[in-house]
Amino acid sequence: MNDIVISVRELSKRFGNFTAVDRISFDVYRGEIFGFMGANGAGKTTAMRMLCGLSYPTSGKGSVAGYDIMHEGEQIKRHIGYMSQRFSLYNDLTVWENMRLFAGIYGLNKSQTEQRATELLERLNFSSECNTLVGSLPLGWKQKLSFAIATIHRPEVVFLDEPTGGVDPITRRQFWEMIYEAAESGTTIFVTTHYMDEAEYCTRVSIMVDGKVQALDTPTRLKQQFAAESMDEVFRILARGAQRGE
Amino acid sequence: MKQNFASFVKKESLHILRDTRTMLIVMLIPVVLMVLFGFAISTEVNNVNVAVVAPNRTDGIRDAVERLSQNEYFTFKGYITPDDIDPYLRSGKASAVVVFASDYDRGVTQAATGVPTKPVIQLIADASNVNTAGSSTAYLQSILLGAASQQAMFETRMLFNPQMRSAYNFVPGIMGLIFILVCAMMTSVSIVREKEVGTMEVLLVSPVRPVKIIFAKMIPYFAISCVVLVTILLLARYLLEVPMSGGVGGIFTISLLYLILSLSLGLLVSTIAQTQVVALLISAVVMMMPILMLSGMLFPIENLPKFFQVISNIVPARWYIDAVRKMMIQGLPIVAVWKNCAILLGMTIALLGVSLKKFNDKLE
Amino acid sequence: MSAIEVHNLSKSYGKVQALDSVSFSVERGELFGLIGPDGAGKTTLFRLLTTLLNPDSGSAEVNGCDTAKDYLAIRSRVGYMPGRFSLYPDLSVEENLQFFAALFGVTIEDSYDLIAPIYKQIEPFRTRRAGKLSGGMKQKLALSCALIHRPNVLFLDEPTTGVDAVSRSELWDMLSELKERGITILVSTPYMDEASRCDRIALCNEGRILKIDTPEGIVRGFDKQLYGISAKNMFALLEKARTADGVEDCYPFGEKHHLVAREEFDEAKFVAQLGDIEGLQIIRTAPTIEDMFIKLMKR
Repeated sequence: MNDIVISVRELSKRFGNFTAVDRISFDVYRGEIFGFMGANGAGKTTAMRMLCGLSYPTSGKGSVAGYDIMHEGEQIKRHIGYMSQRFSLYNDLTVWENMRLFAGIYGLNKSQTEQRATELLERLNFSSECNTLVGSLPLGWKQKLSFAIATIHRPEVVFLDEPTGGVDPITRRQFWEMIYEAAESGTTIFVTTHYMDEAEYCTRVSIMVDGKVQALDTPTRLKQQFAAESMDEVFRILARGAQRGE
Repeated sequence: MKQNFASFVKKESLHILRDTRTMLIVMLIPVVLMVLFGFAISTEVNNVNVAVVAPNRTDGIRDAVERLSQNEYFTFKGYITPDDIDPYLRSGKASAVVVFASDYDRGVTQAATGVPTKPVIQLIADASNVNTAGSSTAYLQSILLGAASQQAMFETRMLFNPQMRSAYNFVPGIMGLIFILVCAMMTSVSIVREKEVGTMEVLLVSPVRPVKIIFAKMIPYFAISCVVLVTILLLARYLLEVPMSGGVGGIFTISLLYLILSLSLGLLVSTIAQTQVVALLISAVVMMMPILMLSGMLFPIENLPKFFQVISNIVPARWYIDAVRKMMIQGLPIVAVWKNCAILLGMTIALLGVSLKKFNDKLE
Repeated sequence: MSAIEVHNLSKSYGKVQALDSVSFSVERGELFGLIGPDGAGKTTLFRLLTTLLNPDSGSAEVNGCDTAKDYLAIRSRVGYMPGRFSLYPDLSVEENLQFFAALFGVTIEDSYDLIAPIYKQIEPFRTRRAGKLSGGMKQKLALSCALIHRPNVLFLDEPTTGVDAVSRSELWDMLSELKERGITILVSTPYMDEASRCDRIALCNEGRILKIDTPEGIVRGFDKQLYGISAKNMFALLEKARTADGVEDCYPFGEKHHLVAREEFDEAKFVAQLGDIEGLQIIRTAPTIEDMFIKLMKR
């Protein structure tokens, strides 16, 4: 159970003389929902880009799903799923076309695509909507669908970049249930967000301030450690010390 | 409230000044276009290489070739065999070949006495550049005709632009294009940007009438256009040596009218478009294309199909370019183009009216 | 006279009913929150109240002026901060403020005392372009701009979206201060945890208002017993708990699941029914605004 899926040691990223990510180290275990929090400009996005194989670290090392982030970026991209609120699906394609497109991008063949897409649609109770344009779906459905699509190739890790902003409380819970279910089946979930109530859903949470990981533990223990009522309070205590803005 | 109008103009000028790249492009485009059309792209006949095929070199043929090589626009590249015609044209050693028939002299004599005869000269031209081919063959014809018959069969004289310099034609066209670009496109984009960024909402929820803000927005663009106008006129006069014998005042007056028209057009586009991309597209497709195609800038309006000739009447640039051409090249005073002025004025009032009516101080 | 009065206001865009017969009123000096997800109609309501849109039916009054007829009178007395921070990114902090001052025919000095607590925090960066500010700083500048003409009613559409937790909490502190100065504030947010900072809130969803009350009043309206349950395997727990006797509803709620109990619910029986679940904990817990929202949505 304690397989390490993401492992990072002394990872740094510098832009000129600005250190965006400053020697961070942590491990993420299989089936874990790992919350990756930080204030605006704390270095979250930069760190996540390195983990997704989109940019190279300046120093330090790390591996994702068993591949080295320095040398095997292409392999990493094939073994992870990615979902962001900003870019998720093509609004002018139907549900089915989106699924086929992303399955193709992730390298599934025709029969695998067919099988996985049918399975996902059934699980979402979406089969009747498979020829609907994504653009005409409500926001909450789009989010569920884009999470499903991010897992269409059964990746080991799924990166979620601020996934649930702006949806109603019920849809949001349905979304978290999907995440729980995926984690249950062994998919590791890596979530970035700056909404602290989302942090409460995570198995463990790391909080970045000024490029460094300042805290990493379960939400319960973090709240105990900082004598706080909520993760929001924990975050505020840590982030008040921040030196830099965006 | 006078003071706040000034600060709106200031704010708009800051936007423009901070966007140095766009600024530079706007100032450079007219210069580049003028130089480009004035020198590089030219439909004039100049340095045309001509080779000659003559089975026998009779006196008549020699006389004709003599006239040809004397002409400053043609360079005589020598006599070649019929087999060389194709390689010569392909390699670009010659862009036209004159082929004389073996009975050239007899044919010419017959023609001179009015006896019908079959053609005795063949002109072969490289038509990959249609304009050059067209004008050089026409010119060749007239030279050779002159050689063939002592008494000229007809005479053509080019008035106003005796050297047939194409830059003359393009200057008014460039002006018609550039002012639409600066005034209509840039103002519409800058108004629509406020919608896109969301500042328009705040502007609307203020006691200032939005129309006032919009007018403040237009002033810096109007100023830039005036600078561009002066630049173009200076370049035209001193670089391209366009005579402008009709007086600069008239050109200025009608240009200012055209600037205001372009600004109103920009305002109209901004009331329709919701995003900057749409504003740009409308400006490019709905405004630029007709100017290029239907204003007489590139193709003479008389040569257009009837349908497009009718359409061209509603393209403001057509009337402006026509008027500027008359004043700049024919040297007519502004009174002579009063009809164009009246049409432009009418269009301006109509456009301004429609766009002000459409410009709403609510979001829908 | 109330600062804002809304009577059966409706607005649709084509087929989409953005606002469906909404009524409420906001007292002078009140901090009133519109809480709801995207698509609840919050932005439409703001645009109607700030006179940017005309309603399809119904009416609204701000400062006693009708939003459709007297819109010019309203525009000079209200401050508005739309959803996206409406600033000019290519102008500096100071130039932005100067422009908005000019827009309302005032100077920065006229209103300095009002905006000072907020503006002072960004004043050291007054020559910086607004586009280069952090989210929190942009928010402060936008708020300063919205206050420059000393409005008596302030409309803030999702001022905390996209801003980190520290800046969010600072904004709410600033709003409380402005309220002390007698400014009526109507603010919207999709985040339920911010509701407690308002005097009264309206829970909205899909163009309707589900409930209006004080945050305490709303929570008090939750008439069922609520439990927080947790176990090692949270997902399995959720599925089992849902089918157990006496459970009306069970849904994830951060670290725990919230379980809404019916009358007949019995803790001991429930535990027995679940059977062997590692690390099961069950504890009575107080409902939150979010629990109420879920309950109202399901009704």
